[in-house]
Amino acid sequence: MQHYSGFGLLKHGLSHHENWQRMWRNPVPKAQYDVIIVGGGGHGLATAYYLAKVHGITNVAVVEKGWLGGGNTARNTTIVRSNYLWDEAAWLYEHAMKLWEGLSQDLNYNVMFSQRGVMNLGHTLQDMRDIHRRVNANRLNGIDGEVLDVKQIQEIVPHMDCSANRRYPVMGASWQPRAGVARHDAVAWGFARGADALGVDLLQQTEVTGFRISGGKVLGVETNRGFIGAKTVGCVAAGNSGVLAKMAGFKLPVESHPLQALVSEPMKPILDTVVMSNHVHGYVSQSDKGDLVIGAGIDGYNGYGQRGSYPTIEHTLQAIVELFPIFSRVRMNRQWGGIVDTTPDACPIISATPVGGLFFNCGWGTGGFKATPGSGHVFAATLAEGKAHPLAAPFTIDRFISGKLIDEHGAAGVAH
Amino acid sequence: MLHIYCPHCDEYREEEEFRPKGEAHIARPADPENTSDEDWGNYLFFRKNPRGLHHEQWFHSAGCRKFFNVTRDTVSYEILETYKPGQQPTVTAESRQAQASAQASNQGAAK
Amino acid sequence: MSQRNRLATGGRIDRTRPLRFTFNGVSFQGYAGDTLASALIANGVDVLNRSFKYARPRGVVTAGADEPNAIVQLGATEAGQVPNVRATQQALYDGLVAKSTNGWPNVDRDLMGVIGSLGGKFMPPGFYYKTFMSPASAWPKYEQYIRKAAGLGRSPRETDPDIYDHMHHHCDVMVVGAGPSGLAAALAAARSGARVILCDEQEEMGGSLLDSRELIDGKPAAEWAAAVVAELSALPDVLLLPRTTANGYHDHNFVTLHERRTEHLADLAPLANGRRQSRARMHKVRAGRVVLATGTHERPLVYARNDVPGNLVAGAVSTYIRRYGVVPGQRLVLSTSNDHAYRAALDWHDAGREVVAIVDARDKPDGDLVAAARSRNIRIITGSAVIEAQGKKRVTAAVVAAIDIAGFRVKGSTQELACDTIASSGGYSPVVHLAAHTGRRPVWRDDLLGFVSGGVPGQIPAGGVNGRWSLRDAIADGFECGVRAAAETGLTAGTFTLPTVAPVREGKPVALYQVPHTKAAMRAPKQFVDQQNDVTAAGIELATREGFEAIEHVKRYTGLGFGTDQGKLGNINGMAIAARVTQQSIPDVGTTVFRPNYTPITFGAIAGRHCNEFFDPRRYTALHGWHVERGAAFEVVGQWMRPWYFPRGNESMHDAVQRESRAVREGVGILDASTLGKIEIQGKDAREFLNRLYTNAWTKLEPGKCRYGLMCKDDGMVMDDGVTACLAENHFHMTTTTGGAAGVLDWMEMWHQTEWPELEVYFNSTTDHWAAMTVTGPNARKLLTELVDIDMSAEAFGYMDWREAKVAGVPARIFRISFTGELSYEINVQANYAMHVWKALFEKGAKYDLTPYGTETMHVLRAEKGFIIIGQETDGSVTPEDLGMQWCVGYKKPYSWIGRRALTRPDTKRSDRKQLVGLKPLDPQVVLQEGAQIVLDKEIKVPMPMVGHVTSSYFSPNLGHGFALALVKGGSQRIGQTVYLPMADGKIHAAEVVSPVFYDSEGARHHV
Repeated sequence: MQHYSGFGLLKHGLSHHENWQRMWRNPVPKAQYDVIIVGGGGHGLATAYYLAKVHGITNVAVVEKGWLGGGNTARNTTIVRSNYLWDEAAWLYEHAMKLWEGLSQDLNYNVMFSQRGVMNLGHTLQDMRDIHRRVNANRLNGIDGEVLDVKQIQEIVPHMDCSANRRYPVMGASWQPRAGVARHDAVAWGFARGADALGVDLLQQTEVTGFRISGGKVLGVETNRGFIGAKTVGCVAAGNSGVLAKMAGFKLPVESHPLQALVSEPMKPILDTVVMSNHVHGYVSQSDKGDLVIGAGIDGYNGYGQRGSYPTIEHTLQAIVELFPIFSRVRMNRQWGGIVDTTPDACPIISATPVGGLFFNCGWGTGGFKATPGSGHVFAATLAEGKAHPLAAPFTIDRFISGKLIDEHGAAGVAH
Repeated sequence: MLHIYCPHCDEYREEEEFRPKGEAHIARPADPENTSDEDWGNYLFFRKNPRGLHHEQWFHSAGCRKFFNVTRDTVSYEILETYKPGQQPTVTAESRQAQASAQASNQGAAK
Repeated sequence: MSQRNRLATGGRIDRTRPLRFTFNGVSFQGYAGDTLASALIANGVDVLNRSFKYARPRGVVTAGADEPNAIVQLGATEAGQVPNVRATQQALYDGLVAKSTNGWPNVDRDLMGVIGSLGGKFMPPGFYYKTFMSPASAWPKYEQYIRKAAGLGRSPRETDPDIYDHMHHHCDVMVVGAGPSGLAAALAAARSGARVILCDEQEEMGGSLLDSRELIDGKPAAEWAAAVVAELSALPDVLLLPRTTANGYHDHNFVTLHERRTEHLADLAPLANGRRQSRARMHKVRAGRVVLATGTHERPLVYARNDVPGNLVAGAVSTYIRRYGVVPGQRLVLSTSNDHAYRAALDWHDAGREVVAIVDARDKPDGDLVAAARSRNIRIITGSAVIEAQGKKRVTAAVVAAIDIAGFRVKGSTQELACDTIASSGGYSPVVHLAAHTGRRPVWRDDLLGFVSGGVPGQIPAGGVNGRWSLRDAIADGFECGVRAAAETGLTAGTFTLPTVAPVREGKPVALYQVPHTKAAMRAPKQFVDQQNDVTAAGIELATREGFEAIEHVKRYTGLGFGTDQGKLGNINGMAIAARVTQQSIPDVGTTVFRPNYTPITFGAIAGRHCNEFFDPRRYTALHGWHVERGAAFEVVGQWMRPWYFPRGNESMHDAVQRESRAVREGVGILDASTLGKIEIQGKDAREFLNRLYTNAWTKLEPGKCRYGLMCKDDGMVMDDGVTACLAENHFHMTTTTGGAAGVLDWMEMWHQTEWPELEVYFNSTTDHWAAMTVTGPNARKLLTELVDIDMSAEAFGYMDWREAKVAGVPARIFRISFTGELSYEINVQANYAMHVWKALFEKGAKYDLTPYGTETMHVLRAEKGFIIIGQETDGSVTPEDLGMQWCVGYKKPYSWIGRRALTRPDTKRSDRKQLVGLKPLDPQVVLQEGAQIVLDKEIKVPMPMVGHVTSSYFSPNLGHGFALALVKGGSQRIGQTVYLPMADGKIHAAEVVSPVFYDSEGARHHV
């Protein structure tokens, strides 16, 4: 792998950038792999990378029906945080957070992880109780967090309207300083480059059309490029998990919904952190390019169309203008939609399935991006060991039968 | 924004008047106390979530306050029919497939 | 400065109405009818901005929505600031103030430009992914510098004083674009009797007709446009919307239109009749058929240093000359791949300025326009192209060479042609954006060298966007599509004859996108593809070398198409370059995906009036005015404003709540409980329905009685609670939580309509009909007795009874229920009598010191009794058993009520679930924080195993100490144990686990 550095950039500049190598190969599928990952998004690529790097399993294929990182990895609003309420979720996301903190160096690829903090606003007394509850839990779990009063909020976000005459005045906020944003595409590309360098085959334009299953065990995947064998198959295909499960003959407690987001035109920096409000229902940050990156909640109906309904955009911007009346004259440049796989408890599923050797990592709902390295790390361990990584263990499908849900709806009320 | 025909009102109305209520035709087990944990879990949480034709429930919450069913394509968002609770869909994934293959064979014959 | 590029005559500007404006602090003059761009060109201003990455000087490239460079900051005042205005679409108005968005100290001498020109070499696409990584701790510093360079314009720092509104429309035919085909389509549809809406983004309707050289019915094309607009505007069922952009096309033929109502007049919306007009309006249109008459965008050619000011697309040159009476230079070189672009040279020549040469990539151009150029003795260099522009802040020369398009190389030697303007045309891209917004991929057509609509149900592309490019074809197609659209909505075609347009013979264009240079693309001077994002041909080539082969990868790696012009100018060229270097065809590289908006529009317009007081309605009780008068502090509960506490004088909240709490326990207090949800339930199966809905039994509840009920979801988790009274055998009055009322009604409707339609039962919300007043405390009966006409004695009116009575002469229902643990009566009267009754109660209550109390005191009192609040003690993961409310669970009810089955799942059966308990801090002065987490062992270091959290916590004047409710793992088995609460400030509180009922556990006080 070509090492990236500032010096390298100078050197390549002098040779007219004609000597940069490919970041990944475009290999022909082998007949058999040790492990196949279905889905070449951030989570799938991270899984492949950690399989190779941590577990030494390099005979791995990532099968992607389109282009690498082309699903939700390319469509999210790039927020990274770990201030989840319940222990199981908090540990999983904090595991990811720790990996984020060294990811650029680990991958030798600058994923522009920017710890500019995430603020969750409270607008009612119950919001504030929930904020205290969550921040206290985070603190005792070793996750950074504090509760801010309005004055402290205004110091960090001077342009937000915290006055008492708003419809839902801001009463306080939770604040996670280590949280922030990252460059979403770079995460996929960095993991792809790292995995490829360790020998993983990244098979783009390769669509899984079925699973070959015998005696209750998976033998490999049927694709538009023919059969590819592997005794261990991990599906990490957000937005299509249900479709893949159907191919394998079972249902998942997952529903796919449109999740919309939008950006403004690029503007000079005016907002230095991520501001989220469950109650007023919207969130906003400003990218390094200057765009305000904005989102809210899912559309209520099932949809695979990568688009939602217009009123959702209207409500989202009403919330943003309510929080930041000065943004009223700012223009929305572009909107888009992703397909998110939601679960009944707003927590993911990282689990064995009724089919031997076939594992699923799905149901990240609106919050998958922030988990990318952690998800890949624990899923890689799960695939390598054939049993759940301890941090993944609470996230089995069984919980929807036993009732042991990890209900994070409070934490995931707005998509992020 | 979807344009939805309410079979109770006999009118097309804007999506904003309605609320989606998830998959239709999920029967609550008739004898819950003698239903296994697994079947109860299936009833509560496991859904078809199809990519393509879907039969789903909608509620005309800011209209006639009645529930009804919609057959909708979850990719194109085309609504193929709406019908009242208790009724069965006339367009299904199977019927659509049969229609498509009939059309294909007709075209084949025409050629 | 004089308008040195302004022609003495011609154009559609009004030379009798000069307008003053300021750009970068310099005052200029233009005319009514100008855009900011045309006025700047008229005044000879070349450099309008600096580019984003390399800070290169940039000027106007186009005359419309596709403009990448002429982006300015508008606004004379802080509140009137508008970032990122396209000068090519901004109408000039008197007093307009604009600035470049980039450039320091100014746009002409930009220091960043030095860095850009020196460092540009080392800033290929994605360079930031490859560096700034070590040391890791330095990244935030690096990022600060990256952020400094971010953005174009700036947000205002003051609140927008303007308002924006929304209108909803239904129509038969929505026509987008009022050029030749759009006007024809609208006319055809309107004459067929259709309700038509026609919108156009420009200041004036007519589109390309406004700068056409052609004649319609023997008259200038603009006259035909004016005639059609006049006919349409006289029709009652036609709505004409100029300055209105169809910014989004959504499912089921829903189109959003953004109308700029005042942006052509001033920064801030002017007053009309003393009132502020709406600055912009969103029209939300549900159309029977949508005719897309959006035309085409011209593609510039991609040659070296094609971003130097003075490089324009050919069509823009014609537009500036013919529409605005402005020639953007003195000496023109035109580089083209097609006949149509010859118009630029003809217009330039006819304006009396020098056309140095037309450089045509084709070997044998031979159409009518070519002939017209020849007849003017304009030099035509064939088989060649401009391969490089020279000059820094303005073009000084064009480098021209013969090219081998198929071999992608320059043939032979180059020549320099001195000039100050280079116009280029690489063909025309249909504006298919609205056809792609609902996910339908556009389809490539080799004959057009462009993408056309992939076919959207209900949408009809007409004219240019449909590949019918000549004026004659566009009008004919427009008529045809208008008739078709009307017919498809069930109308019959009206009568009309097509206007006469002489055919123009055009030669076949050649496919040319990136122009070869004498040096390889990676070594040649920068050839810009997307000027706003500084994306170059070499950058695209590099991306593909590095493995980014899918067009989406190329776009994301290079930034192609992510500017505010959304790639209108550059996307197809970028795809063509990616296709060339990966040796694929353009459609193989991918299709472009377009998302709303077509052009950016303000948040304010999208939000409309749903801000400030209209963001979400505030609900007030019938007694609100009284509460305000009494100086109540309010709490937001759902949409309701509820009195939180009633401070007397300078009393603190704590003191007020302590006083109110004591008053209820010792005398009598009163609460406005009107916000509780109320649902009337009737029908012969009402009782059975309640049995299925609530966890407890309702079979034996007699008329005149009330009962508390708990509701679960079918997963066994508590969702709501409240008291329901039996009014008559088949008639019940249910109360719900304040926030849960609407959801509970929906919930009941769902179960009834979809699961149990056989039950005869009806529901109706009566929340707003009844005002509710809770009179509670030892003196409650004494007080009420003075105002009612019934026997209030304990024998006649027992606990959990309700009675009809007159209170202060008003018909009322009195419920003897208690949420405080004291003797309590909840009086319900018709809401519009409430104030009378309330005041009468205070009149009679003065001698008992009747004390109004708010939600905070309500919380203290109910918590002392261990009563739960839904959403505070519950969070969707709590069962009735977790709350210790087994007494409220009808285990023996025959029907398996909602939630019952789920209570016997493995996880809900566990005995060590989190259960509701009381906490008594060991230090009686301590009031635990609501939300504090509970641990068993305070010595363990973080991460500490947590066993639960505090749900409610108060200081009780009645108990004399702080107390709390909490959910604690296995809590019911921990009574008497000490638990710890480590706080953020380092303190660790200790508390004893006790029963959640702190006060009057026998219930003696309300059984009197």
